[in-house]
Amino acid sequence: MRFVDEYRAPELARRLRDELAALVVPGEEIRLMEVCGGHTHTIYRHGLTDLVPPEIEFLHGPGCPVCVIPMGRVDDAIWLAEQPGVLFTTFGDMLRVPGRRGSLLEAKARGADVRMVYSPRDALELARRNPEREVVFFAVGFETTSPSTAVTILEAEAAGVENFSVFCNHVTIAPPLRAILETGGVRIDGFVAPGHVSAVAGTRPYDFIAEEFRRPVVVSAFEPVDILESVRMLVRQLHEGRCEVENQYTRVVQRDGNRHAIDAMARVFELRDSFEWRGLGEIRRSAFRLRDELAAFDAEQRFSLPGLRVPDRKACQCGQVLVGAIKPFECKVFGTACTPERPLGTCMVSSEGACAAYYAYGRGKVAAS
Amino acid sequence: MKFDDELITLAHGAGGKASRRLVEGLFVPELGNPLLAPLADAALVDVAAARLALTTDSYVVRPRFFPGGDIGELAVNGTVNDLAVSGARPLALTAGFVLEEGLPVDELRLVVRSIADAAARAGVVVAAGDTKVVERGAADGLYISTAGIGIVPEGVLLGPERARPGDRVLVSGTIADHGMAVLVARGELALEADVRSDTAPVHELAAALLELGSAVRFLRDPTRGGLATTLNELAGSGRVAVRLDEASLPIRPQVAAACEILGIDPLYVANEGKLVAVVAGDAAEDALAALRRLPLGADAALVGRIEAEPAGLVLLETGLGGSRIVDMLVGDPLPRIC
Repeated sequence: MRFVDEYRAPELARRLRDELAALVVPGEEIRLMEVCGGHTHTIYRHGLTDLVPPEIEFLHGPGCPVCVIPMGRVDDAIWLAEQPGVLFTTFGDMLRVPGRRGSLLEAKARGADVRMVYSPRDALELARRNPEREVVFFAVGFETTSPSTAVTILEAEAAGVENFSVFCNHVTIAPPLRAILETGGVRIDGFVAPGHVSAVAGTRPYDFIAEEFRRPVVVSAFEPVDILESVRMLVRQLHEGRCEVENQYTRVVQRDGNRHAIDAMARVFELRDSFEWRGLGEIRRSAFRLRDELAAFDAEQRFSLPGLRVPDRKACQCGQVLVGAIKPFECKVFGTACTPERPLGTCMVSSEGACAAYYAYGRGKVAAS
Repeated sequence: MKFDDELITLAHGAGGKASRRLVEGLFVPELGNPLLAPLADAALVDVAAARLALTTDSYVVRPRFFPGGDIGELAVNGTVNDLAVSGARPLALTAGFVLEEGLPVDELRLVVRSIADAAARAGVVVAAGDTKVVERGAADGLYISTAGIGIVPEGVLLGPERARPGDRVLVSGTIADHGMAVLVARGELALEADVRSDTAPVHELAAALLELGSAVRFLRDPTRGGLATTLNELAGSGRVAVRLDEASLPIRPQVAAACEILGIDPLYVANEGKLVAVVAGDAAEDALAALRRLPLGADAALVGRIEAEPAGLVLLETGLGGSRIVDMLVGDPLPRIC
């Protein structure tokens, strides 16, 4: 497969592995946070923890869009899906995320009309084809997915579609990183920053990490060779005492991001004063809502949502996993009360969630070590 | 195994853990008997001098017609394959139809014709049948349930418990064709790809392997849940480890690309015309040659080996030299957000 195989080439990976092994000083400890769930997935799926020297430790960050949605918002989504006449659409990952009364998948089994879509535009198409139904799209994700939601809303507005709305849970990546750094408590030596988010937002949002918090950042693509190269770039920065925002994903990411996508987002969204993040609590100006002039497309305005805040389950330690404070297998309920089949916490749901990735790909090593 | 779910959800039909719990926690306790208990692809019935293999399966695929096949062909091949991988020579099938009121007769005729063609290709007869019609809305057009019976030649002994460290794992051809063909044919993904179902009878492939005698330990057709699920069942029941070599897995480039785009792991995608074999290490090359001599086995490959530890797990050596677990599928393979 062209444009994929090159970045999974074994000989390249071996070369990077050897270079990394030669680069690290025996006994030093380098703790790198990969912010994005896509990176976590790659690291486990391709067994990269076997390829980097033992001196390097990966901490899994808050960049899994499914994992950061709090229980109350899932409950609201299920409430919406169960309203008469509603056709509720969602990305596949969100179907199994548990709220207080189960998941969307279980709501579907109880009779709610919940459909999986690959894109918000599929949801808009459903609205056009089912004019008698109220079609609601469960919008989640970082800057990776928010432009497509924005463009879809603009399209709906232009076409005068009246039965389409969006339950907006879009979040933005920099505020939780700042929250983690300000809270302290977890030693993080450098960041592998998310590639696809940066394709939209550019690399400037991470400047504060280098300037204020003196930590190196490398924006990374998602294939195994990319991640190994990003790790090498971070180790070099650390050894040379540099704290810069570097870009490994030059084939896609530009310093200023994607102007069209940013413009579309600016026309549709504005920052909320505050938004609750699962495990991290309320973070100021960390999420988007629809602008008032687009209220007709805002499910939060079209329906009177219960909007209750639901505390995370006590046994669930997703919050600590999301900030890198504990490893998934250190959670009290990992693999026992909480499994991918019956998740207690969101990190166990999406294949990008650190717990699910660990459970699916890494357990053998935990058992063996 | 306990089954205390309140409602049937899509996950119970996906071939993963929930499906297994449903079978082992609900059906087996209710229907259990020594013939059903091994939960093999076919029950083996000793009748006088002959051993019979008996199996049943239901077909609810949507869409009913897809590139490479249709529900009728699937209903024959699926059941023939369950017999074949049990070591049996397929003899006869039964077919039950649940039809939705309003189904066009022309469409039914096409399906039945396809059943006849597939049965002829597999050398079986449809020996009995049944039809029910349900009200509009109570079924999705047409469901088919087939049962099959076959004779197991003397001396054939297959089972996961016969797998030994040092044995090798083969697949008879490319993986993930059927599942991806159906997914693309549903037309919900705005994705066009030249992907065709592999639906085909594997009885000749199985027969070719069985000529190697007791060197053949285990055969299975990796349908719903894909190769990963079949190998997990092997590792669990056989109390062995299966170590796969990612680079040697045969997969068509267009299937690999479709999986990549949709974020789906081809190891979990259904096949309908392939078999997985475990054979003794010293017979592996002969087995591979035997498969490759047949048109349906042209892409056969050695993909892994049986080891003693860690028992019960399937491990994959990635193309990069790392390794990871290949777990059972949980629910349907849900595409990732980004």
